[in-house]
Amino acid sequence: MTPAPLVQVDGLVKRFPGERGLFGLGRARRTVRAVDGVSFAIAAGQTLGLVGESGCGKSTVGRTILRLIEPDAGRVTLGGADVVALGGRELRALRRRMQIVFQDPYGSLNPRMTVQQTLAEPLAIHRLATGLEAKRRVAALLDEVGLDPAFAAAYPHELSGGQRQRVGIARALSVEPQFLVLDEPVSALDVSVQAQVLNLLADLQRKRRLTYLFIAHDLAVVKHIADDVAVMYLGKIVERAPATGLYAGPRHPYTTSLLSAVPVPDPKAQRQRIVLQGEVPSPASPPAGCPFHPRCPHPRKNERCRTEPPALREVATGQFAACHFAEQPM
Amino acid sequence: MTEPLLRVRDLKTYFVTEQGSGTARAVDGVSFDVYPGETLGVVGESGCGKTVTSLSILRLIPEPPGHIRPGSFIEFEGRNLLTLAPKELRAVRGNRIAMIFQEPMTSLNPVFTVGHQIAEAAIVHQSLSRRAARARAIEMLTLVGIPDPGERVDHYPHQMSGGMRQRVMIAMALICHPQLLIADEPTTALDVTIQAQILELLDRLQRELGMAVMLITHDLGVVAGSADRVVVMYAGQVVEQASTGELFARPLHPYTEGLLASVPRLDTRVSQVRGRLHSIPGQVPAATSWPAGCRFHPRCPYAWDRCAVEEPPLLDSAGAEAGTHTVRCWLLTEPERRERHP
Repeated sequence: MTPAPLVQVDGLVKRFPGERGLFGLGRARRTVRAVDGVSFAIAAGQTLGLVGESGCGKSTVGRTILRLIEPDAGRVTLGGADVVALGGRELRALRRRMQIVFQDPYGSLNPRMTVQQTLAEPLAIHRLATGLEAKRRVAALLDEVGLDPAFAAAYPHELSGGQRQRVGIARALSVEPQFLVLDEPVSALDVSVQAQVLNLLADLQRKRRLTYLFIAHDLAVVKHIADDVAVMYLGKIVERAPATGLYAGPRHPYTTSLLSAVPVPDPKAQRQRIVLQGEVPSPASPPAGCPFHPRCPHPRKNERCRTEPPALREVATGQFAACHFAEQPM
Repeated sequence: MTEPLLRVRDLKTYFVTEQGSGTARAVDGVSFDVYPGETLGVVGESGCGKTVTSLSILRLIPEPPGHIRPGSFIEFEGRNLLTLAPKELRAVRGNRIAMIFQEPMTSLNPVFTVGHQIAEAAIVHQSLSRRAARARAIEMLTLVGIPDPGERVDHYPHQMSGGMRQRVMIAMALICHPQLLIADEPTTALDVTIQAQILELLDRLQRELGMAVMLITHDLGVVAGSADRVVVMYAGQVVEQASTGELFARPLHPYTEGLLASVPRLDTRVSQVRGRLHSIPGQVPAATSWPAGCRFHPRCPYAWDRCAVEEPPLLDSAGAEAGTHTVRCWLLTEPERRERHP
């Protein structure tokens, strides 16, 4: 029996107006459906890995859930509270319970603020602590993310990438949230540092009973941290399953191809690499039918794929895939 | 055994730092060979000196603040590249040795068509006419798998995706049929499915054109799939060098061992991977103050007092033919210390 979901997302849609020509002149191009009807749930204390390539809409999902970007349609609830409907004071109170860690530890810290100022700011905004109490809390936070409390006086340029990312995590944790959106938190880090930060995230989750939406392009990283995985392509979830099922037996040909494209650090690995042809089409004009059909390597691909968009349906216990041939995976 | 195409010996490239706080010894005594037709993987994390090494080979280090120290030696096709006159050097660059960079976005000129940029090298080095060079450019675009090459040749970089731009970079690099291609993180900025396409393309072109490739990357997975031999760099030095099969089967330097263990892997079952990843404690030291003794000793689980004071040379692995698997670690002289370690 799985625990009740802490985060529930239903039919999330985000459209961006198409760009105009040079200098904003000319007719607007077609609307981009960055997120096109995404639904999922994350149980308290669990991690959902949201995976996909550049431009698939995964970061927009993360930001829309937190209402850093306003959704166009859909419902998002956090512990029963309706994130989309709330405004003003109530939304601010809710923000305390959900935070984000960004990919770029260089761009996401204010270069003119010391670590102390960066970490004390959310405490002041949410009226949690000031003065000496704030200092004490910042020291405890630094200790919790594995940094010496002496770092409180440092500016971001004095820190390495891994240290900055620890500060970013400490900032998110400062207001004691229940839910964290982790948007490619280790993609900019070196391998040895990446492992340190992944371990830290796992420890913090256990200790604080945190719920994670872990957004990443790297399926191997996600395998280490996620309980469930959702794969996105052109604004839609094409496969969603418990990690064990998805990695052992992917049902969507895009998942299969992604998995086979990840380089494995073993020269003896005899793997059949599926090299997808072509590139991701523009989300402004997605293909008719199944959005993946122009690149799909599935041997049974046929006319139906070109005309009829497959629904995301349950093909094995807990495993959902949007493919007409999910019963005969590649 | 065949003669190496490129021989790098005791390469030292130093930079004077802005604040005058000292000298950054970015590359500090690096030696390796590249043989004709092979792929040499150069692996390491940020700041290990792998990119500065490749820029030094083509003498693209800005001076000042950088300089290649006397005593360094880079021999290519029998000549020391470090003593070539500018004119002779230009005849090598982009012609006999070509390079592709990580960022296909910033390494192409936005105001010229891709055809113009691909053709440039052929006009300069092979004295082709504009018309002939354009025809060669179209041929190259076909070779690197760009659809509608006749039309694409007149496009500008901003009209292309990242993967297409990297193909253009490759076309540009290969138009003069170089003997050596230096590829510096050629797929790092690309999505994984596009990375697979580009790696496959490089593989095919290398076989067809018979060139050597120096593949610089931080990704051990990319190396495992593409390289014949691997050089592992740490703190401005080569710390381990072996054939790819040998290195992955028997990593002997504690840094290589730690790096391999830190990589999240797909080829294990979920039940096995959940839990803690191995990680190397601490971080890469600054190039202005490499640690004394072995440069890895502050992060090394096996280190003992000797490691802190005496810098190890590259030692031959006991099981391998001399020179085929070398390791910069004192453990090779006292292997029993590895066994004793928990």
